[in-house]
Amino acid sequence: MASLSGSYVKPKAPALTRFFASTPVCIVIYVVVVGFIISSAHNGSKAMGYNWQWYRVPKYFYTFTDDGFQWGEIAIGLVKTAELSLLAFLLALILGLVIALLRLSDLIVGRAISVVFLEIVRNTPLLVLLYLFYYVLGPIFDLDRYVASILCLGVYHGAMISEILRAGINAVPTGQWDGAKSIGMSTAQMYRYIVLPQSIRFMLPPLTGEAVNMIKSSAIVSVIAVAELTTIGRNIISDTYMSFEIWFTIAVVYLIVTLILSIGISYVERHFAVTE
Amino acid sequence: MSTDTTMIEATNLDKYYGKFQALKNINLSVDQGERVVICGPSGSGKSTLIRCINGLENHNAGKLVVDGIEVFEGSKDIRRLRQEVGMVFQQFNLFPHLSVLENLTIGPIRVRKKSKTEAEANARKYLERVHIPEQADKFPSQLSGGQQQRVAIARSLCMETRIMLFDEPTSALDPEMINEVLEVMVDLAESGGMTMVCVTHEMGFARRVADTMVFMDEGEIIESSPPEHFFTNPETERCQAFLKQILVH
Repeated sequence: MASLSGSYVKPKAPALTRFFASTPVCIVIYVVVVGFIISSAHNGSKAMGYNWQWYRVPKYFYTFTDDGFQWGEIAIGLVKTAELSLLAFLLALILGLVIALLRLSDLIVGRAISVVFLEIVRNTPLLVLLYLFYYVLGPIFDLDRYVASILCLGVYHGAMISEILRAGINAVPTGQWDGAKSIGMSTAQMYRYIVLPQSIRFMLPPLTGEAVNMIKSSAIVSVIAVAELTTIGRNIISDTYMSFEIWFTIAVVYLIVTLILSIGISYVERHFAVTE
Repeated sequence: MSTDTTMIEATNLDKYYGKFQALKNINLSVDQGERVVICGPSGSGKSTLIRCINGLENHNAGKLVVDGIEVFEGSKDIRRLRQEVGMVFQQFNLFPHLSVLENLTIGPIRVRKKSKTEAEANARKYLERVHIPEQADKFPSQLSGGQQQRVAIARSLCMETRIMLFDEPTSALDPEMINEVLEVMVDLAESGGMTMVCVTHEMGFARRVADTMVFMDEGEIIESSPPEHFFTNPETERCQAFLKQILVH
């Protein structure tokens, strides 16, 4: 019998694969690609004769004058976006849980309501839904633009979240229900103590994605002039005509917020994985 | 016939999965303290029958009375019934996010509304009884299959039920772990008082503890007799063939 140690030779990948996978080559490729994108953007704007005025941007974040420190318009808009997204996300979570539980219930009416809600919301463009809430439901129920946007975003993402929650609940093995039933638990107790705690780790990654989507789609409420980040950006540009600088800045601000969120949640996820 | 001491009474029970008839005209009567072992080839409806007894499956026709409570689909009393009927599953069905101690106390605390200290003291007593008191603070995934099944038995014991159902409790275990689980079950059976219905292929165990042997095939109860009669002198050919299959090795 052949000995297990010594005679074993680790198989090698083909030479071309090894070449492209090596660290220095990867760095060179990365630098070349990024450099090409930046230089072509730079050359393009130069050819247009665009007058870059980056020095005028910081004052929209904060100013420091004789009156003391003051937050700028972009900072205020960012807070508004965060507030809007957070409220809408809470609404979406509650609505999503209700819809998911209705969908999974034994009630035929409950299942019908949740399916109809889901199909209508999921198959309507977000912009049309927003117009519906602001121009149709707004006057009927006396909603101001801020409330209408929170409701619209909450309903739209609530539909998405209900599917995430439903998938997470269904991912818990049926044996867990049997076990919980056999000790006499009620449906509410089974959800609270057995099923939901186990499904959270299935739900967290897609819920993070949905939270990021929520922040991004909150930009759409700029069309009904709610004073959030995107609306602020538009207003600044109409005052200063610095469209390149401001839109780049706004995009980076969104990017930073969503990145912080993703990284934060992935930390929480690891925490849940450990306690499992 | 039904008497004061009858714990489980099934009359003309039928159960369908779509067009497939899983249970055909089942009649079964189990007295208080009686130990019944159900055997039969796979797909014969043994598990379906035992799952009907605590309402995990609903029968379609016939009458089923367990501990004085009639079992039927949508019954309001089903939770009260389940609190009196413990069940041990083939796949253990322990709660993986809870420690062993929490697995044992969640029922008594949340369902029976006992205090935490009382429930924990009780849980430790039953862990002792299934010979794993030292595993109380571990999680189910850290235990062997045999240990997990013993925790599952202890979880049912903690509810202090009068009836215990075992649905092939040793079928998912590695061979060397079967005996540690069977020992616990024999101990329970011999301590008396508890009504036990056990689906199993462990004929040595059946011979030791059963008061009644039930043989099922294709959704029907073919034979029902005391073990001494059942093992030495089975009446039907199907039962003879089955016993020959599993006893001759």
